[in-house]
Amino acid sequence: MTANLPMQSIEAVTAGLASVGYIASRQIATAVYLAEKIEKPILVEGPAGVGKTELAKALASWRGLQMIRMQCYEGLDEAKALYEWKYAKQLLYTQILKDKLGEVLGGAQTLTDALGRLHDFGDVFFSKEFVEPRPLLKALEQPQGCVLLVDEIDKSDAEFESLLLEILSDYQVTIPELGTISATVKPLVLLTSNGERDLSDALKRRCLHLHIGFPEQKLEERIVESRVPGAGETLRKQMVGFINQIRALDLKKLPSVSETIDWARVLVLLQASELDHQTVKDTLNVLLKYEADIETALPQVAGFVAKSGREGVFG
Amino acid sequence: MREELHRFFRAARGAGVRVSPAESIDAMRAVSEVGFADRGLLRDTLLVTLAKTQDEKQALAQCFDLFFSRPEPKSNADAADAADQQADSGSSPSQPSGSGAPGQGGGEGSAPPELGELAQMLLAQDRSAVAAALAGAANEASLSNIRFFTQRGLFQSRMMEALGIGRLRDDLDRLKADDPAQAERLAAALDGLRDSVREMVAQALLLYGREEAENLRHEVLRNAPMMRLERRQVEQMKELIRAIARRLRERYSKPRKRQRRGHLDVRRTIRRNAAWGNIPFLTAWKRRHRDRPQIVALCDVSGSVAQVSDFFLLLIHSLHEVVDDVRSFAFSGHLIEVSDILAKQEPEAAMREIMSKVGFGSSDYGASFADFEKRWLRSVTPKTTVIVLGDARSNNLDPRTDILRTISERAKRVVWLNPEGRMGWGWGDSEMFRYAPFCNLVRQCSNAKQLERAVSDIVAAYQ
Repeated sequence: MTANLPMQSIEAVTAGLASVGYIASRQIATAVYLAEKIEKPILVEGPAGVGKTELAKALASWRGLQMIRMQCYEGLDEAKALYEWKYAKQLLYTQILKDKLGEVLGGAQTLTDALGRLHDFGDVFFSKEFVEPRPLLKALEQPQGCVLLVDEIDKSDAEFESLLLEILSDYQVTIPELGTISATVKPLVLLTSNGERDLSDALKRRCLHLHIGFPEQKLEERIVESRVPGAGETLRKQMVGFINQIRALDLKKLPSVSETIDWARVLVLLQASELDHQTVKDTLNVLLKYEADIETALPQVAGFVAKSGREGVFG
Repeated sequence: MREELHRFFRAARGAGVRVSPAESIDAMRAVSEVGFADRGLLRDTLLVTLAKTQDEKQALAQCFDLFFSRPEPKSNADAADAADQQADSGSSPSQPSGSGAPGQGGGEGSAPPELGELAQMLLAQDRSAVAAALAGAANEASLSNIRFFTQRGLFQSRMMEALGIGRLRDDLDRLKADDPAQAERLAAALDGLRDSVREMVAQALLLYGREEAENLRHEVLRNAPMMRLERRQVEQMKELIRAIARRLRERYSKPRKRQRRGHLDVRRTIRRNAAWGNIPFLTAWKRRHRDRPQIVALCDVSGSVAQVSDFFLLLIHSLHEVVDDVRSFAFSGHLIEVSDILAKQEPEAAMREIMSKVGFGSSDYGASFADFEKRWLRSVTPKTTVIVLGDARSNNLDPRTDILRTISERAKRVVWLNPEGRMGWGWGDSEMFRYAPFCNLVRQCSNAKQLERAVSDIVAAYQ
């Protein structure tokens, strides 16, 4: 893992992500590659648990960069996302430096003179000393660059989105008292969204758009293989086959990749080498998160297990 | 290749994907990174840079497949086929077009002399030459500018013109006299050529024309009176209403927390800054209080407005998703509450159930208002907006304006949306003018545009 090595090709991206345990489809690799090449953030959409946040983590650990995460929520504002003034510190300093101020101003004969002298020191109190950087500003200030993850942007308010625009297009922020701060090294920016709210066109325009859906069967098997090495091949095949059938049902929340991985871990813990009816019934609550969903799925389990068993053997 | 990309952007716009100049620049940059060689990669690249939603991705993927569907031209395919394959890429301007100025000195040796280039080409059955000529003609006729299906004829004739149909006609006339057999062959070949051209134009329309044609249709539909829709338009109209509902939802569903700074809240400011010796670092502001929306919708579903009430119900359904506190009622002869049906079911199923319960009767506004007064009048409070959707035709029964007056006195606003034109109000059994004094707002609402504006106004009043 060499940090900051330019991404050579899409294959290199796939291999690099795989080296830290993230099995990427070609669309994902393409998006990551392009994001670096044409310096644009990636907006990642898709259902919960398909590996949107994981992608950012994997990217950071592959590139050996720090990951800065900005979790969005309703009511998130500038002070929590960008920077905050340390008023108390400013105040404290003013108190302590009162005497010094007296010295400086002491020599002044007239009010205008004193004002002039004060002006020379004015900027001291609005300097970076008194700025508390929050994730977004921190990301820009990283000397080695970083991976900036703006997680669940759809949970934030529209105002916050507008706040992001400057960072996303120019990798800079403007702090009224200090001026514009540009990134030393442009960070790799990922935004994730579960589609709870439609994002503005302005935001979408500035990003590459990547949709991660449920992976294809083969890919999902490889993901399980990489994340849960303990699961044997037959079990993997059967599990993924079973989950794909579950996904065809009309459920409140479909099981996604993270559930698949959890389930694989559970099955390995239970030392199951194959799916059988009883084990599935007992562990269904790992996959499905609503009582109603479990009730819908239960009658189908036997059939699904049988079918995925056949596929696991012959397919 | 750059040319081809530009053409693809145009095709993408045709497929309903908005590709702004800035986006096309991004896509260009991205493509220059990945190159053209790998089709799959090119496809991924364009999808990532151009599409902004999953729907757009699908549309774009289809468009891409259509646009780049160019199997290797087969040498033994029949002329029309070969022509198509080369031509639908519309992108091989490398070969000189056999268009506008048919070279006179062509292959004088092989075919009968004094024939135009096109005729010779057709008689010689030189497929690749025909294909090249077609591509050239497509360029000359700027086929990629086609937008509406009404332009098909125009572009077909333009292309035939560019191919040299004029000269061919002369040749054909002459041949008919000299060599009828040859003339017949040529005529058959010409028919084949016409077919290819027609197909090329159709495909181009598919590629480049979709969006504008759709916009046009929507625009027509939005202004079409809902009372007099044809059967086949009803489905499209439902689609349109759903789109309107979606737009309303997008605009209003999450009440924006607009910071409404009112006056300085002195008390809270002082309390907040006690730690700093009451130097007001943090200010507190009085927030203005917003009303929570409360809507009561009364929807006429009687026979006379059955078609329109379909749309009304659809829209009320979407209101349920936008505004928390909506209670809806449907009536013709009597009135029932339908809030639960609308809130819990898909629009289609909900509408079917409502219509089967109270729909299609002859309307009796008086009795329905009486029903409402008896059971639900208490749900109307000074915060409520009451919306009545109906034509106010009460079959000469007692309109019970007194109840509407009571409602109006209790409610914040009464809005009446009438699908009939103003001209019809007050005529026959229309009681509109007797109801109107108790309404804060009476609107004609006979097409989708007016419906959208009316509902948007109602919802916006609460934002």
